[in-house]
Amino acid sequence: MAEALNKVFIDVEVDESVAGDAALAAKLEEVCPVDIYKDAGGRVEVVEQNLDECVLCRLCIEASPPGTVRVKKLYDGSELS
Amino acid sequence: MRFFEYEARKVVELAGVPVTKYGFCTTADEARKVAEEIGGPVVIKSQVLSGGRMKAGGVKFADTPDEAAEHAEAILKLEINGHMPRGVLVDPKAEIKQEYYAGVVWDGTAKKPLMLFSDMGGIDIEEVAESHPDHVGRGHVSNLMPIPDFEAKQVIAATGVTGSQLNRATPVLAKLARLFRDNDMTLAEINPLAELTDGSFVALDAHMEMENEAVGRQKALLRKQLEIAEEDTRETYEPSDFERHVAAIDAADHRGVIQGKDHGFEGNLGLVIGAGGGSLTLTDAVRSQGGKPANYSEIGGNPSVAKACGLAKEVLEKDGVEKIAVMMSIVSNTRVDIVARGVIKACLELGQDPGETIAIFRIPGAWEEEGFKILEKYGVEYCDRSVSMWEAANRAVTKIQGAPTA
Amino acid sequence: MSILLNKGTTFIVQGITGREAVNLTRECLDYGSKVVGGVTPGRKGREVHGVPVFDTVAQAVENHGGPIHGSVVTVPPAFTKDAVFEAILNGIKLIVIVTERIPRRDVAQMVELANMEGARIIGPNCLGLIVPEVCKMGGIGGPAKDAAKAYAPGPVGVMSRSGGMTTEISSSLTQAGLGVSTAVSIGGDAIIGSTYAELMPYFEADEQTEAIVIYTEPGGRMEAQLSEWVAEHDSRLPIIAFMAGKFMDDEEMKGMSFGHAGTIVEGKEDTATEKIARLEDAGIRVVERIDEIPDAVKQKLGVTA
Repeated sequence: MAEALNKVFIDVEVDESVAGDAALAAKLEEVCPVDIYKDAGGRVEVVEQNLDECVLCRLCIEASPPGTVRVKKLYDGSELS
Repeated sequence: MRFFEYEARKVVELAGVPVTKYGFCTTADEARKVAEEIGGPVVIKSQVLSGGRMKAGGVKFADTPDEAAEHAEAILKLEINGHMPRGVLVDPKAEIKQEYYAGVVWDGTAKKPLMLFSDMGGIDIEEVAESHPDHVGRGHVSNLMPIPDFEAKQVIAATGVTGSQLNRATPVLAKLARLFRDNDMTLAEINPLAELTDGSFVALDAHMEMENEAVGRQKALLRKQLEIAEEDTRETYEPSDFERHVAAIDAADHRGVIQGKDHGFEGNLGLVIGAGGGSLTLTDAVRSQGGKPANYSEIGGNPSVAKACGLAKEVLEKDGVEKIAVMMSIVSNTRVDIVARGVIKACLELGQDPGETIAIFRIPGAWEEEGFKILEKYGVEYCDRSVSMWEAANRAVTKIQGAPTA
Repeated sequence: MSILLNKGTTFIVQGITGREAVNLTRECLDYGSKVVGGVTPGRKGREVHGVPVFDTVAQAVENHGGPIHGSVVTVPPAFTKDAVFEAILNGIKLIVIVTERIPRRDVAQMVELANMEGARIIGPNCLGLIVPEVCKMGGIGGPAKDAAKAYAPGPVGVMSRSGGMTTEISSSLTQAGLGVSTAVSIGGDAIIGSTYAELMPYFEADEQTEAIVIYTEPGGRMEAQLSEWVAEHDSRLPIIAFMAGKFMDDEEMKGMSFGHAGTIVEGKEDTATEKIARLEDAGIRVVERIDEIPDAVKQKLGVTA
């Protein structure tokens, strides 16, 4: 009946500078407990339908070079870093 | 899980208890054949998961195979208390000298199975226990030790039964106790256990119930010997669409647990509540203050946003639901912000304003500060632990129908 | 003081590498509990939040260099009995069984063995127990800072068939300035290791406890047992009770199971109405609303609200 909505509460941005890093792509897919990141043949791909499941654990941020992966809380405009 | 009489008879038979030469039939012709084989007067008994078969006309006597077929035909079409029979049992009409009761139940206080025996069988054992207590023998059995025959013997002897009757009844009760334990039963009864005119003892009726949690490990009995299919769960009532949908959402995602029931509920306030004890408390609180819940539900463990959203949507889509109340007892394991996301998303996906649709959000506990941020953003009225579950229910009821009639 | 736990209590977590166990181990450590080992067969040598993992309870005891008091068991239902037997037969005297959906027969066997060996089981299907600022055994109250918020030390002993409601009620007592001596989530199953009546003697012997609050539901005879205990013993402890699930008395709800496995009502004497009457006959005050509990306790303690 109704369409499923994605990206209502959380959005994720991955800098172009690291999006093509195969090691990072693999690492992000491994650490995220809710499968937001997919290793698409060595590129970091964000799985939109899982964004709202983000548990704010920061494992993706810790796995990446500082500032290259940003988790945005759409409900209050802040960002995890 | 409940058993039909014909299945319960099989269970006691497998345990070595003497039974009659009964036949389970699904057509009038089969009934005729069994009656012919028995070669004497028979009883035709409806096989339904309901009591009161006699009164409803589901138990008939027949002197000839033709009569047996006739009665079987009629009984196979007879609905009893909303149940249609699976078939009929064709039983030789017994020459009974005396009827006894043998049963095993759980004693939750002693935490052991309890054997019961009475020489006043064929009637309600609870009535006998009340009116003729010295005609009911009781005795516990160990959960760990093998069950020796003498423990059954003691229970029977306490009713005054002696002689050959004592010696014949003893192994029946002992076997019943053993099968109760081995097959994870919550109830195992033979009533009546009949002493026939020739002195033999037979189970003329049997009633069994197995614990649902144990069904998974009783496959040999259920699937092989009784041939009961896995889908055949014998619930006390047919689940509604709402209940089935919620169960499906729960099964598809291992994160957290949700449950929904609406049997016997009719109202305009949908309840998205938890956890178990919290759900009971909140449902009472809503009703006591004049609210009309459309359903009962339980949220437990740490559900995903999708699961919380799925439950809320199912509740919102129920006929007659105008608003939902999202309330839980203090949570440690469930995340307040995740549930908030889920219920708000449910409203948005249905094109509804969360601030309007959610009458109140009361979930104190883990990640509540984050949850409050989300609720603020969407204009949802919420409260923290300083507002009791009773008060939160009050606010929900007031929102939907004005001041509550307490 | 407290019941069953004190500052020196040591315990292990059986099934420690499971998701729920990893969580509650962290919580208990943060709370200051002495989690001295974990057992997951096959995973010896690992560590969970610094707690060493062993294959057997005996290895954990040997490593500890002396008897271990307790165990929190989170092992799946098909294996729980084996784990609990192992704990009991290796000298563990206090066993909290978190696992739910264990067949009744297994629970009864575990309880019988515990009785034979002088051990006490709490649960199954429970969140454990907590002595505020002293020790937490199980997931009760959640992460340490959440548990600290809900559970302040005080004179009220709490026993509840629902894990969540243990914390809800304890939190309201804390907010009212009363506080908790020991709170026990006794479990939601039809057969449990420790009923209200079975825990009363512990509370009776604890100087810190001055009143008792119980949370109850329909199903089973635990409330009747408590009423009998109160009638037979000259207890100094006033008891306040709250019963949930009164709506289950409705005709349409008969035979349905809500909440915990133990709430299936099997006969008239198990209904909420019957139970409330029986409790009140025994002098136990049954409050209608959950938020009346703190005031009812204050009244019994002779404290001005």
